[in-house]
Amino acid sequence: MDVLVQLIDATIRVSVPLLLACLAGLYSERAGIFDIGLEGKMLAGAFAGASAAAVTGSAWVGLGAAILTAVCFALVHGFASITHRGNQIVSGVAINFIAAGSTIILGQAWFKQGGRTPSLSGGGRFEAITLPGAEAVKDVPILGTIYSDILSGHSLLVYVAFLMVPFTWWVLFRTRFGLRLRAVGENPAAVDTAGISVAWLRYRAVICTGILTGIAGAYLSVAQNAGFVKDMTAGKGFIALAALIFAKWKPVPAMFACLLFGFLEAASIRFQGMAWPMIGKVPVQLMQALPYILTVILLAGFIGKAIPPRAGGVPYVKER
Amino acid sequence: MAEAAIELIGINKSFGAVRANRDINLEIAPGTIHGIIGENGAGKSTLMSILYGFYQADSGEIRVGGKPITIKTPNDAIAVGIGMVHQHFMLVENFTVLENVILGAESEALLKKSIVKARSELQRLEREYGLEVDPDAVIEELPVGLQQRVEILKALYRGAEILILDEPTGVLTPPEADHLFRILKQLKEQGKTIVLITHKLREIMAITDTVSVMRQGTMVATRETAKTTVGELAELMVGRRVLLRVEKGEAKPGAIKLSVKNLTVRDSRGVTMVNDVSFDIRGGEIVGIAGVAGNGQSELIEAISGIRRAVSGSVMLDGKPIDVIGIADPGELRDRGLAHVPEDRHHVGLVLAFEENENSILGYHDDPKYLNGPLLNIDAIRNDARDKIEKYDIRPGDCRLKTANFSGGNQQKIVLAREMEQDPGVLIVGQPTRGVDVGAIEFIHKRLIAMRDQGKAVLLVSVELDEIRSLSDRILVMFDGRVVGERGSDATEGELGLLMAGVERKEAAE
Ligand SMILES: Nc1ncnc2c1ncn2[C@@H]1O[C@H](COP(=O)(O)OP(=O)(O)O)[C@@H](O)[C@H]1O
Ligand SMILES: [Mg+2]
Repeated sequence: MDVLVQLIDATIRVSVPLLLACLAGLYSERAGIFDIGLEGKMLAGAFAGASAAAVTGSAWVGLGAAILTAVCFALVHGFASITHRGNQIVSGVAINFIAAGSTIILGQAWFKQGGRTPSLSGGGRFEAITLPGAEAVKDVPILGTIYSDILSGHSLLVYVAFLMVPFTWWVLFRTRFGLRLRAVGENPAAVDTAGISVAWLRYRAVICTGILTGIAGAYLSVAQNAGFVKDMTAGKGFIALAALIFAKWKPVPAMFACLLFGFLEAASIRFQGMAWPMIGKVPVQLMQALPYILTVILLAGFIGKAIPPRAGGVPYVKER
Repeated sequence: MAEAAIELIGINKSFGAVRANRDINLEIAPGTIHGIIGENGAGKSTLMSILYGFYQADSGEIRVGGKPITIKTPNDAIAVGIGMVHQHFMLVENFTVLENVILGAESEALLKKSIVKARSELQRLEREYGLEVDPDAVIEELPVGLQQRVEILKALYRGAEILILDEPTGVLTPPEADHLFRILKQLKEQGKTIVLITHKLREIMAITDTVSVMRQGTMVATRETAKTTVGELAELMVGRRVLLRVEKGEAKPGAIKLSVKNLTVRDSRGVTMVNDVSFDIRGGEIVGIAGVAGNGQSELIEAISGIRRAVSGSVMLDGKPIDVIGIADPGELRDRGLAHVPEDRHHVGLVLAFEENENSILGYHDDPKYLNGPLLNIDAIRNDARDKIEKYDIRPGDCRLKTANFSGGNQQKIVLAREMEQDPGVLIVGQPTRGVDVGAIEFIHKRLIAMRDQGKAVLLVSVELDEIRSLSDRILVMFDGRVVGERGSDATEGELGLLMAGVERKEAAE
């Protein structure tokens, strides 16, 4: 029982950056801008967040810095792919490289700890929140455990991430912005002839992506961990992309996809080095590779056809 | 006289080196239906897109209701009451009708009120104009005729007083086109101004009050429709006299070249599209298949030419079977003398990103005359392409140009030249003149007749009834996957129309 609770708890923690990045990608890709630079934006956000929090001692300043930085990176991607109609994949890859390189260089230059940022403590971090009444119901079987051990005791950003799911759904399907966003990813010419600026709409979508990847980065370095370490995103941006495809670009399925991938990762950590009946010890590397292997298998055909937004990846060109 | 609804003065527009519009002047009177005709590439769509704010003119002035205005974006055009139904629909395919209608015209940040308002407004438009369509239907599940209706509704919902329709009948069946024209007449009676772009002369004569003719980016003439003739307009369009009727001699049918027996074909959804169809074609005759689009003609020729598998039945080419149920290989069929000009030249007939000369041998690239050992013989290919360019008058005459840069009519000629010059015994052609201008139509028709006179068997599928009637020696009518009747070349349009509509054979004969 304890193992299960711990596993679920860990799953939630690990899923959060995936979920935030996945929703970030959802805004951009639904608007027709493919973004494989989620990883880079998250990394840049994590670094900026940890740096700002370390210098000011405030997690909130850290969060702001993370968002601002990620939005700047997102705008670069927007400038390349919306204004200059460049190749979106190339631009995304470039952003990943720039983020990976610059965080290490700046980190070393500023803090001289081999690319790390100073360890955060106290107000410099988002601490776990205990939900009201969690202590009181702790001993109620099952429901009490769920409330106090699984739902309660996470940092603020965890709750933000999960609230973003219904919020994103509401934005996409209940607001004017969402309607236009979905339209521009399917047929930008239709949006244009309806009297709406395609470029401005896409820029707004890309900014949403920046904000969410910034939060994801801040979660990694200012909430889940107490500082930045190099390459701390460790491919999460790519897993989030896989989850996005797996979820067919829909917010609620995106949450479940991220929870699934998060669960695999949590399990691989939890059962590391454990001897299984019949099989014996499974190499650590295999456990760590499991989420990626599953991604490949799932994407290779277990989810049916995932049809991306029709105008995705294609710059909008009116005059040839 | 009333102030012109729209006045265009000295409009110029270039796309790179192409001058799509040169110094265009045009005046459109309010409450009329004004036709604009011209060959493909004449600049009609460009001119109207400038009026709608989709493109910006390089120079020139636009006046609406006498007042000079600047139209920078479609929003500006919508604001002065201009609506446009584009040649290629501007719809979001996986949205519902309602969502498409409100897109860009939502009254506030939340959708709820806009949707309620649009729903009742659509009901009013439906009552007023008979523009029926289910507001909750998803666009991609609607037939094109209804999709077009959604486009019209979009414009009316935005309060359009001036409605531009760019080649609206290109995608419609004859009854759908008639329905559209009734709606347009009704809109005109309500005082709306309509600009109708087309390259079909008959439509111009049937419905417009005034007609303007464009040629190679210039406006060459404006006439009152009642005071002009089809002949004059055709001449203005092409810049020379054109033959609207095809001249051909008596057919001399020879031996059976292609024999189809009890062929049944299903589409990817499992719906039976061709149902137990049998016919023969002899050398020296053109057999036309008439029918409203979507009644199995496409699947029929795809099955015969090896692109789609049949469920049952047999096809014999020169007395030897084609494996239509298993793996009929189009390449092998070509070797056996069956050439195919596909209906959809963009997706099936050509690789638009290739140079013209590459497309002009595509599918025949294994022919030793284009090879130099294992390599392609580039010189031979280019010379061959130049010969075809000259013979088929393909313009521009540059075999190194990217195929996407040729106009639709010239792309069609590239495909026709490739298939016909292989000297096949049997030629299957789908929609040979779809989207092709008058001058090129005449040429393509003459070529097809010449093939016939050389003793080839030609199977012609076209949704243009005029084309079927003027070219075919025998006409088969398809309805709902079956051949519902066979007629001679003297069949009347009415008779064929009834068959195409699925009215029983006996009734049609009475
Ligand atoms: N978006 C565009 N970019 C470049 N060239 C274009 C574009 N649209 C049209 N053209 C060119 O302008 C000319 C006029 O085209 P168009 O206005 O579509 O003619 P029409 O509608 O009369 O068939 C053609 O040569 C066409 O290739
Ligand atoms: Mg056009």
